[in-house]
Amino acid sequence: MNKRFAIYPTAEKRKKMATDNQAKKLSIIAFSGDFDKLTAVFTLATGAASVGYEVNLFFTFWGLDAIKVKQGRAPVGKGFLPKVFGVMMGGLKASPVSRLNFLGLSPKIFRYLMRKNHVATLEELVEAAKQLGINFYACEMAMHVLGLQKTDFIPEVKDVLGVASFLSLSEGGQTLFI
Amino acid sequence: MATYNLDVTKEHCPMTFVKTKIELNKLQKGDVLNVRVTEGEPLENIPKSAVEQGFTVLSVEPTEVQGIYSIRIEK
Repeated sequence: MNKRFAIYPTAEKRKKMATDNQAKKLSIIAFSGDFDKLTAVFTLATGAASVGYEVNLFFTFWGLDAIKVKQGRAPVGKGFLPKVFGVMMGGLKASPVSRLNFLGLSPKIFRYLMRKNHVATLEELVEAAKQLGINFYACEMAMHVLGLQKTDFIPEVKDVLGVASFLSLSEGGQTLFI
Repeated sequence: MATYNLDVTKEHCPMTFVKTKIELNKLQKGDVLNVRVTEGEPLENIPKSAVEQGFTVLSVEPTEVQGIYSIRIEK
């Protein structure tokens, strides 16, 4: 089969493709702090960024756990209750699987299976997301509730936003809630 | 004008695209990247997305190994 036809578009078509490319945008609201759902977030985000999409990740509520500087269980947050939450939820490395978590054993099994089968682990995907220049944003309201500050998050977090700013960022692209 | 090589035949989605894109980002004008890919999604979409992002796909050739192709992409 001759694949050349499909991959050598005319100069005109290529110009049009480049113009269309500018409108390619994916925005994901990362609500969940679950290992499997975060894997979905970062798989979609890195895949989209690799094929030329502008990608915005908006972390809110439990999703904020994924972008904490402290990836384990640490008393992050201002005040007693936020600190308790901080320890109970932990960061990226402490994220549970949404089903059949087995008291934290499942994420370890998944990481093992992913490595064994040459599939990127969650940590590798997050690293790739940073390298690809994906935009990370944190939800202002959820941070306020959980007593978190911008300095509690990794430096790749570009800004702290509210709904209105997120809507204007995501306008004209595709939006997902995970 | 340098030539770089990348093998993503052992990778799966999305790392096939991610690793290719990270390498493509390093190219200077005139540099060429040889990517070895398996047939299926990477073979269909890596050349397509490279073109969409303004790179030139010089060739897509089968290699000596059945089911593995070599894609030459120039910045």
